[in-house]
Amino acid sequence: MSDFLQLLMSGLATGSIYALAALGFTLLWQASGTINFAQGEFVMLPAFIMIVLMQMDVSFVASVALTCALSVFLLGWLFKRGLVDPLFKYGMMPIVVATIGLSIAMRNGVRAGYSAQPLNFPSLFPENLYHIAGVTISNSDIGTFVMALVLVLLTQGFITKTVTGRAMQAVAQNTESAAVLGINVPRMIFYTFAINALLAVAAALLITPTYLAKFDMGESLGNKAFFAAIIGGFNNSNGALLGGLLVGVCENLAAAYISPAYKDAVALLIFMVVILFKPQGLLGRKEERKV
Amino acid sequence: MKKLTLLFISACIVALLIVPFFLKTYGVHLLTTWLIFIIATMGLNLTTGYAGQKSLGQAAFFGIGAYTVAIFLKMGISFWLGLPVGALICFLVGVLLGFPALRVQTIYLAFATLGFNTAIWLVMRNEEWLTGGTFGMNNIARPSLLDFNLDNNRNFYFLVLFVTLVMALLLWKLIESPWGKSFTALRDNPIRAESLGIHIRKYTLMSFAIGAAYAGVAGGLYACLVQFIDPALFTVGASIMMYLMVVVGGPGYFFGPVLGSAVGVVLPEWLRFAQAWYLFIFGTAVILLMIWLPDGLLSIPERLRSKKLAKEASKARSLKAIHAQQSSNQEGGVSL
Repeated sequence: MSDFLQLLMSGLATGSIYALAALGFTLLWQASGTINFAQGEFVMLPAFIMIVLMQMDVSFVASVALTCALSVFLLGWLFKRGLVDPLFKYGMMPIVVATIGLSIAMRNGVRAGYSAQPLNFPSLFPENLYHIAGVTISNSDIGTFVMALVLVLLTQGFITKTVTGRAMQAVAQNTESAAVLGINVPRMIFYTFAINALLAVAAALLITPTYLAKFDMGESLGNKAFFAAIIGGFNNSNGALLGGLLVGVCENLAAAYISPAYKDAVALLIFMVVILFKPQGLLGRKEERKV
Repeated sequence: MKKLTLLFISACIVALLIVPFFLKTYGVHLLTTWLIFIIATMGLNLTTGYAGQKSLGQAAFFGIGAYTVAIFLKMGISFWLGLPVGALICFLVGVLLGFPALRVQTIYLAFATLGFNTAIWLVMRNEEWLTGGTFGMNNIARPSLLDFNLDNNRNFYFLVLFVTLVMALLLWKLIESPWGKSFTALRDNPIRAESLGIHIRKYTLMSFAIGAAYAGVAGGLYACLVQFIDPALFTVGASIMMYLMVVVGGPGYFFGPVLGSAVGVVLPEWLRFAQAWYLFIFGTAVILLMIWLPDGLLSIPERLRSKKLAKEASKARSLKAIHAQQSSNQEGGVSL
């Protein structure tokens, strides 16, 4: 039983990071119909920016702040302006293909231009182990889970409670009506891209201390985030949280109780079951087909 | 036009027959790899380009074909049985995977196939008793045909060339048949196709499974070409690369895969000096291609033609407008 609780806790920690990446993914989809295949690389790049800044003797806090600004510019504004805007009129698949190209370019750009080795990253949380009723829980697991959860809830609070957030939602639901109501549509869409970039920085901060910074770290993270988003429901932001936690926990339990070698197949398995019985995802709405 | 195309194709085939005599071993090897990837991406072009099903799992089928041949050879069963059996297994697995996966479209299908690829890769890596695990399978023998020795690189190249041409011809016949037309109808407007009596499920499933069988054939040939296979060859990354080859060449163009495979297989060898940066450049090129030529390289002639037509049309329009103005001026007798 104590084993189980331990596995559950570390699964929740990993799952909450998946949820962060998945949330950005669903937000982009809702606001602009963009499916970002480079989502994993969007987490990898801030990790390397922070490492470079810290090597230049910038303090940790300052380099995080700088990375946030840089990420909003590069992964938010430039990504939207350079890739999504010109391709938007062609529909979904060209954007998908272009973001695949982007992920290849980013991954190999970092490998060729900086380093192919995995690099250490300072942990946000002091390394402490707690023993509660025979269960050993690490500080970083709790910290990661709580911080990711807070970020997800904050993002959702922002979207549902503030005026700007509601305007963003209106744009996501019906762009034309939103424009008629006087909402600045391009700006709202940009906000979504900016939030996605910030969530990516947060995910980078939480995942790199445990999994190290490597040029290809985004590959599996991106995939898990996609699966999490689809499992939870593509058009529902709560779905990202549910999907992320579900994938993280099941993966961890399967690795311990079934087979560690097939850990990576768990997300696929849940995904297959979900699309067989509820193709719109656990919390998603059905979308009408149009001729 | 039709005659010209035919002439061009025959010229290309003649060139493909002569060229290997002027190449060293490595050149022949590269040419063979190119042909094999043409077979695999031709299948993917059917699934993706013609039938519109976005599949990111082609490398898994490629791997199934390769491992089938390798395992058969290890058990002492002939290559000539292994190759069709590999293709058949791919076809059946394609049907089995397509059945649940094709309930969903576009991006969902892409992820289902991507996940499937991961699963197959895990099996290749973990089931050591069957696939040799991460060590892979080595000493895969080249086949022989009657007294003809295919150990020779050039002879093996001719076998692959023959198979490629046969597979291309089959695909051409398929696309030209009412069946093939149904595929494109389905891609362009599934609901309209359905209302015209095309059974969507059946056709998407077939396009997917046939595409998979093509990858199986290619994989079987590949195993014998390189004589050593390991799971690293059949990752999700490899599938994505194959998908990009189709997209770069021009999805839905018959010769798209020929060009796409050249970009994906031959060009990297040629640009060896760029090595680490090659994939960076490739990725960037894909983005630019999507922005300027979303229908692939082979859409260039069509685009030029439509541009020319548009230009002629606008010229004709302006001429007409001038004429109309002139005649109205004459009639009214008042100049502006």
